[in-house]
Amino acid sequence: MTQIGILALQGAFTEHARALQALGVTTTFVRTAADLTDLDGLVLPGGESTTMRKLLTRENLLAPLRQLIHQGLPTFGTCAGLVLLSQPDALNGLTGDVVRNGFGRQRESFETELTLQGLAQPFPAVFIRAPYLKTVGPDATVLAQIDHRIVAAQQANVLVTAFHPELTADTQLHAYFLKHFVTKS
Amino acid sequence: MTTETATLKVKRGMAQMQKQGVIMDVANVEQAKIAEAAGAVAVMALERVPSDIRTAGGVARMTDPAMIQSIMDTVTIPVMAKVRIGHFAEARILEALGVDYIDESEVLTPADDNYHIQKADYKVPFVCGCRDLGEALRRIGEGAAMLRTKGEPGTGNIVEAVRHMEKVQTQIKQVVAADPEQLMTIARDLKAPYELVQEVHAAGKLPVVNFAAGGVSTPADAALMMNLGAEGIFVGSGIFKSDNPEKFAKAIVTATAHPTDYALIAKVSSGLGNAMKGIELSTLTEAEKMANRGI
Repeated sequence: MTQIGILALQGAFTEHARALQALGVTTTFVRTAADLTDLDGLVLPGGESTTMRKLLTRENLLAPLRQLIHQGLPTFGTCAGLVLLSQPDALNGLTGDVVRNGFGRQRESFETELTLQGLAQPFPAVFIRAPYLKTVGPDATVLAQIDHRIVAAQQANVLVTAFHPELTADTQLHAYFLKHFVTKS
Repeated sequence: MTTETATLKVKRGMAQMQKQGVIMDVANVEQAKIAEAAGAVAVMALERVPSDIRTAGGVARMTDPAMIQSIMDTVTIPVMAKVRIGHFAEARILEALGVDYIDESEVLTPADDNYHIQKADYKVPFVCGCRDLGEALRRIGEGAAMLRTKGEPGTGNIVEAVRHMEKVQTQIKQVVAADPEQLMTIARDLKAPYELVQEVHAAGKLPVVNFAAGGVSTPADAALMMNLGAEGIFVGSGIFKSDNPEKFAKAIVTATAHPTDYALIAKVSSGLGNAMKGIELSTLTEAEKMANRGI
């Protein structure tokens, strides 16, 4: 049985659990280093990246998480998760130049239909005070852009989106993560 | 490709991103920096914390936009600000300023004793206080995208917030357990929109996030509220009226993120110094109670 850990310090972790459970996998919440055993994959949810970063540091989770990701643990980060994964001094899972709150303040938050490389159907993407990637490294593949801002990408075992698939009923992206990163079937 | 701003999902989703976090009242740039460094998920910019509003007396209004702007320029986390109940002009000003969330708040002196703001009409989402499920659903009906208990602001006394959270949770259970044909009578008794009562019955929960507010002053208070069903915490006077704001802020953030890890909460609660002094509620007159404000 596939088991996915979801970082549950702050943010929309229950929403990710609902999406993953709908696809038939088991989920556990990660709050301490002890919760990092026997995981087939990891999800870093949307939330406040500065808060999550401080809590990761305070609970001594930053180093063990970074190590697991570098060892190849399949990892999916959304919004704040993208920020943490692309900051070199945080989790450093994807090479890229991240711009926090890149689309503006809450007033400018938006929904749009997004075409992603690798997905059959357009995806209902919810952007909330969202970041974007200005550039990514040569090992990364861009999956979607809005006005030349990279909003979805992957690199080796890491998948990131600037928007929140956990806020919609569409499970295409969670299924994509499970299929191409976790089970590789 | 159609792009839409200010949708229900975007407004409610913003509050979902704040879950299991602490939103802190701050009265200046220095306090905002302390809150952000402690791990707050947002700050609430206001002229005075609620306990100082009580002391100062007089009419409490929206904060000077220049002060809110200076805080928006300082921190990267979301900035919220308060308007008086029913004061739609103050709300339009905050919307024009670009704050991330507006709190239509009983902490300020109400501007309208008949009507709340029609919150669905704004680009910026709103949070409102509630004492029971009826009040919660009326606010959602007007367009609130986030709720919080009212508690009794500025008292450092958690008892009212506990009452409000327990009441809402109990009433949700009653709505869920009811038969569909009972829902109209329940809606009448709660003075709540029927469609929203149906929605709670079907979903088993509120359609928006519900935080605790009003009287949280220690890490243990935060843990108590999280275990009663709060999805996050607002702290007003509790941080900057304590002996050591930096330590209190950090400890309350940790307790909110780990609400059942009591060994950890014991550790972060140790040697904090004095919490805010607080007020026993029986010493307040009915007129002095802020929770009674609003319709």
